[in-house]
This record gives sequence, C-alpha cells and structure tokens, in this order.
Amino acid sequence: MNNTLTLSRRSFLKVTSLAGGGLMLGFHATAAGDLLTDAAELFEPNAYVKISAEGVITILAPNPELGQGVRTTLPMIVAEELDVDWNTIAIEQTPLNTKLYERQVAGGSGAVRSSWDSFRKGGAAARQMLLEAAAKKWNVNVSECRTDKGFVLHPGSGKKASYGELASTAATLEIPKEIKLKDPADYKIIGTRQRSVDNKGIITGKAKYGFDIKREGMLYAMLARPTFGKKLKSFDDKAARAVIGVKNVVQHGSSIAVLATSTWAAKKGRDALKIEWEDEAPLESTSDYTHAFAKMIQQRSDAPKRNDGDVDQAFAGAAKILETTFEAPFLPHAPMEPMCYFADVRDDAADLFGPSQTPARTRSDVARAIGLAEDKITVGMSHQGGGFGRRLQADYSVEAAMVSKLAKAPVLVLWTREDDMQGGFYRPAGLYKYRAAISANKELIGWHMNAAATNTGNAARENSFPAGAVPNFRVDSHNHQSKITVGAWRAPNHNFIAYTEESFIDEIAHELGKDPVAFRLELLERARKNPTGSVGYDVDKYIGVVKLAAEMGNWGKQGVNGIYKGFGAHYSFGTYVAQVADVSVIGNKIKVHKIYAAVDCGRVINPLGAEKQLEGGIIDGLGHALYGELTFDKGVVNQKNFNSYKMIRIQDTPDIEVRFIQSDAHPQGLGEPGLPPTGAAVANAIFAATGKRLKKQPFDLRVDIG
Amino acid sequence: MATFKLTVNNKTHTVDVDPDTPLLWVLRDNLGLTGTKYGCGVAQCGACTVHLNGNAVRSCSLPVSAATSGKITTIEGLSEDGSHPVQLAWEAEDVPQCGYCQSGQIMTAAAFLSRKPNPTDAEIETAMAGHICRCGTYYRIKKAIHLAAEKGGKK
Repeated sequence: MNNTLTLSRRSFLKVTSLAGGGLMLGFHATAAGDLLTDAAELFEPNAYVKISAEGVITILAPNPELGQGVRTTLPMIVAEELDVDWNTIAIEQTPLNTKLYERQVAGGSGAVRSSWDSFRKGGAAARQMLLEAAAKKWNVNVSECRTDKGFVLHPGSGKKASYGELASTAATLEIPKEIKLKDPADYKIIGTRQRSVDNKGIITGKAKYGFDIKREGMLYAMLARPTFGKKLKSFDDKAARAVIGVKNVVQHGSSIAVLATSTWAAKKGRDALKIEWEDEAPLESTSDYTHAFAKMIQQRSDAPKRNDGDVDQAFAGAAKILETTFEAPFLPHAPMEPMCYFADVRDDAADLFGPSQTPARTRSDVARAIGLAEDKITVGMSHQGGGFGRRLQADYSVEAAMVSKLAKAPVLVLWTREDDMQGGFYRPAGLYKYRAAISANKELIGWHMNAAATNTGNAARENSFPAGAVPNFRVDSHNHQSKITVGAWRAPNHNFIAYTEESFIDEIAHELGKDPVAFRLELLERARKNPTGSVGYDVDKYIGVVKLAAEMGNWGKQGVNGIYKGFGAHYSFGTYVAQVADVSVIGNKIKVHKIYAAVDCGRVINPLGAEKQLEGGIIDGLGHALYGELTFDKGVVNQKNFNSYKMIRIQDTPDIEVRFIQSDAHPQGLGEPGLPPTGAAVANAIFAATGKRLKKQPFDLRVDIG
Repeated sequence: MATFKLTVNNKTHTVDVDPDTPLLWVLRDNLGLTGTKYGCGVAQCGACTVHLNGNAVRSCSLPVSAATSGKITTIEGLSEDGSHPVQLAWEAEDVPQCGYCQSGQIMTAAAFLSRKPNPTDAEIETAMAGHICRCGTYYRIKKAIHLAAEKGGKK
C-alpha cells in the first residue's frame, strides 16, 4: 500500500486565517499560495485538530452523532495519524461548516467510508508540522525525529518536546504539500476497543439533547397538524390562549402552533385548540393501499429495473415454478427522543440548534422557507435521541424556523410521542412477489421479482444477490402514490427486501432438497464462474461471511434441544453480513435464543463500537420483524403511542455473537448493514421449526399461512 | 397555578405551577434537571424514571401535586460524579448508543438492585421490561446489571 498521498491543486488543504491569527485548513479546493503564516499560541493546523500551548489537544468531531458512535470513531482516526494518547485528548463537536467539512451527514452508513482519507490526512498533516517544528527548533533534520503519544523525540540527542510546546512554532509553518500516512502495521488506536466518548455525559444526565435546549427568552411550542389527506379549514384559539402560560398562537400552513412559557402549558394550549379540518385528498386506509399493491404486482412495469436473459422463456420451460408474496407494513422511526428543534429567526439572521442527521439540508431548507441567505444562518448540533432516518428530513426544523419567524421569538418546538408517530416519513409499506423457475435437472433458471411500494422511485433492489447468479432474472417495480409520506428508514429498501430475498432463497433450497447454506454457496460460485449481467457484490467476501456465520452458528444441526436454525445474508452499504438465528417455537410463541453474525466491513476502526452497531442493528431487525406495524384508518395512524405500537424489549433480546473478518481493506458502513439479514434468519429458523413460511411482518404464527 | 414544595436530590425547591403538571416537566422546565427524559408521556417507555422515596416511578405520569411528600432523586442526584455502581457498570459495558433512554434505565436498575442485589437474568428482564431502548442496547444493559450486582449494586 502506498501511504503517501500527493495533494493535487484541487484537493489541497484550504487555509484560512482565524480571528486569533492561527491557521485553519480543511480539505477543499484552494491554491497553496493562500497559505498564511501568522504565528499563534493555538496550533490549529486544520479543521480536525487544535493544540494549545498548554498542551490541550482537541480533536474536532464534525458529524452528527445519533448513537452510531461517530463522535468516537472519526476522532480515533485523527488521533491515530496525529499520534497522541487517546485517553488524554478532548473531543469537540463542531457546528455545521460546509466550507471546512465535506460531509456532515448521518446517513447511508457513510461517515467513515467517505471520510476515511480526510480524517487521516487531517491528523497526519498536523503531525508532520509538529515534527518540522521540532526539527527547526533543535536544528536537526526532520527525518531524524519521530513522534510518540503527543511528543516529538530526537533519539540522536535525546531531545523531547510535547505537542503543546511545539504548537506556536508549528503554527508558523507551511502546510505540507505531501502528506505521509502511517503504515497500518503501526496503528496503535485504530483497531482497538474504545468506549464511547459520550458515556460520561449520558450516564450522569448531563448530555444535552434537543429537548434539553434552553435559551434566553425562549418559548416552548407545540403544534396541531393535519392527518394525511386533511387540511386546515378554520380554528378557534380562545381556549388555548386562556391557558396560563400561553403567550401566542400562530398558523403555519395547515398547522397551528401554541407558544408558551412551559412545555406543559404549550401542550395544554395545543390540546385546547378547536380545529375544523377538511379533506384535500382521498383518505387512505391500510386496506386501500394493500389492494392497490396487489393489483400492481399482477402487471409488469414498462421499464424493468433489471432484465437478464429471458424470464418468459425460462418460466415457459420450467419443470416447477415457485411463487411467494411478502407484505411489508409502514414503520415509524420512533426514535426515543421525538422530533424537536430550536430556532431563533430574526430579520437579518437566524440561529438553529438541535438534532439533525443532515444539518446542511436543514440550513438550505430553512433558508428557503424564511427567505434568508444561508450565510446568515448558523446551525448547531445537540446530542440526538436516535434518528434511524427520520432526522434526514427537514420538516420539523423548517416548521420550528417558521414558528419562530411568525411569532418573532426564539422557540423550541417539541413533538409529543403521538405527534411523532403521526408525523409521517415512514418506511414505505409494500408488496413483493417472487417467482422462481426450476429446471427439470433441479437448477434455478429464472427469478422474477415484482415489487410495489408507497411513494418510492424504486420499490425493489435489483442488484442484490442472487442477481448475477441466475441466467434469467427480472425485477419490476411499481409506485403507489399516497398522501402518507415516506422516507429513508435504517437500511432503506434493504431492511425489508433482504428478508424477502433470503426467505425465498431458503424456500427454493428446500424445494430443491438442498441445504440452504450450500445452495447459497453454489449460487455464489455461479456468480463468480458464470455470471449473468453485472454482479453487484464481491463473491469472495460474500462467501467469506456465509462460511464464517455457518461455522459460528454450528450450521447443519437442526432441532437440538428444540433449537432450530435459520440463515440470512445480505450486502449493503459496502458491508457483507451473514447471520444464523437460533429459534425455538412453543405453540405460537417465537423465542429467539441467539444470533450469530459474521461481518466483512473492511478495516474495523473501533471493534467495540462496531460490535454495538451490529447488536443494535440485529435487535432493530428482530424487533420490527416481530412487532412493528403501523396501520391507517382514513388517513389516521392507528398506533399513536407505545401502548399500541409494540417495540422489542429486554425480555425478547437474544444472546448475540459478532465476528469480523480480518481485513485491511477500505472501511465500510456499519450503522445499517447489521439489520437486513435478521428477519430472514429468524423466519427461516421458524420454518425449520414449524414448516410454516412467514410471508408478512410482523410475524404472526396464529395466521394460517399454509 | 399553585405552589408546591419538592425535595429533589436533597434540596428543597418551591415551584409555582399548574397542579396537574407532571413531575417530569417541573423537573425539566422549572428546575433545569433535564437528565430525566420525555419519551411517551404515558408510562410506557421508562425514559422519565426517577426515584420517589427510593422507588422507581414514572415522572411523566405523576402529577407534581402527588410528589410533594416524598424524597425525589433524579439521575443528576444518583451520584455526584457518575460513581454509582450502576453508572460505572454502564460505562464499563459501554451500554449507551444514542443514550436518550439510559438515565431512565439506570434509575430503574439502581432501585431494583437496592432490593435485589444478586438478580437472575429472568429477574432482570422482569425489572427492566418497562423500558424501551430504540437503539437495542438491551444485551449490554443485562450485562451491566450483572456487573453492577457483582460490584455491590447498592450504593
């Protein structure tokens, strides 16, 4: 591996002058000639590192943290290249700064895989400058110096200086043109198990989330919003304004905000509004969209998402055809902290603060809504009580900004759980029909997926396994337009489709009398040796996790002590995950005892954090497969709180064992890939235990599924 | 509005609030103790759990008027510096992900261990069944409660 990166002019480090005269550089296009050499007590060589003369080493954490561990993982990468003692550094969350940072986003499991180089370079550039500062100070050749845990050493003379002592000299130096990255063999922090840097604040109750924001003169606001298909006709706010503590009532679109001096007064005021709604569209119930899906998947789409070979011929010549349809409900994200956002919109500027998975989108959407230029708007990030995709939307932040603008006051808009569950942007509901053509000599020769889902450009996943391994392969997708809004939900599309694909593969394997793991391996070999069309996954990596999971989960032994095993594997966000589920079924009761997960995500930065993402993804996948279901009655959500919307709890939690394939490949995603295989692994184990194929989530063995 | 006297984390406070205000919002809005969280408002998720006379209670469903006679402890008062055995175990097992539900989980676990110093898995599951963690940290919560028990969970 070549660890020397030559910076092109385009990618060269951008240098800007700080008010204090220090240096700040980020990895964006600017000419090297802009270099400034003002001396400063604070060595702030770039957007990732700050070192004070007193020796305080701060690593900046620019990405939104919502439990995925990014405030720990990304600074670990900087710390590695900077060569500091992980236990002595400070971590500082930055506000949104699109000039300095390339991707302040929590989504697509993308933080580490997209910013791996930038963060390494950030630490390495600072280290190089500290080395040069020492060499200059000691009048020695820089190549004779080395670093160790926050110190520069000159072994020849025995000289030693802390980074703090070198900070002011380093601040006068030019940014290196070539940045030399560490040999991974020398890593001391990357690859070690590090606990979350946020633990202390969380366990003492000091960590400040969106709900905890309090600013001078701030009012709390709650809103009444229309249900799907309705709009505001008229309202009477007399009773709301009579509630002690209520200060104002403003209308924003079809929503009405009540602003008060306390949360409780805002809620009482909101609940006291007398509102008349009117229909603006047909009011949808669950039976409406499920019927629409069923009709759609009888037809082919005009433009298939993938169409290898000739499925018609394959099915016409098949000795046996299997057909199965899977049904997905809408799912709310239901993060533990409901939506909330702080906005202080004034005539000439605005300050925004709170939880967001994409603060840049928040700023641009708010700028458009309130009619201010983006550079007049600051965006700060609080701790966030989960997101799961919901906080990729800017509806709630735009709403807060508009309420602040209309009321001419700083406001914290808070959503109750009921508001949050009814707030939309759900995982789309859908219906997925699969057909498989089996030849007379028991080969899988045709595969046809026909998918329909709500408000989505692509209801399917056309390049997942076994695409590439089946000679005739077609995927059709249909969109059902609805007033019910949808959005990305942890592992979008993958979260349900992996369950359908992997359940159907299990069904085909049983039909062929083949072991489900052996059948997958056979198909993977086919994708390697005799692929059809493009193969959107790495066959070796796929095989690697399938084999490891099978080994971990003692695959092949069914029914020992009443435990049955099921298998599921999926590739998403750059990462391969295979799982074995140990399940027993007594009566209609499903008990998941253990999940074994084998993972290939490239290099693992923080094995402890990585394990936690897998554990969380598995429990998320299991919980929603067992319980998650949001239904509608005339546009109104039926499950408005946790007394009717069931979530997985501690008593349903299985034992979990996670192993990572040893790899020095580019690190890949981890926030999402743990989830998709779980539903299939559990459903396939239930089949092994009962002979029943579960075709619908949430799983229900009371339903006669034949 | 009415005046109420509350003893929270060994300090006495007087608040002037609507009598039906849940204790949760008094703690958060009036006393600035925001470690206690809102999750559902209907005693289903446990995020708002505090101790009232040593018992774990749901502050979202307890009107302030019903909390005046007892001694209230919030996450901020469980220990001065995060050194309660349950807090230490949470850190040692690296339990939190987003962290939002954890103060409630910790308060229930602390009250539970003070009565049941050496619980079984099944007893832990029963004690903690009233809590929801959307990030799915249950596996580590169970381990942390066992660890806290080993270290003498009662402070």
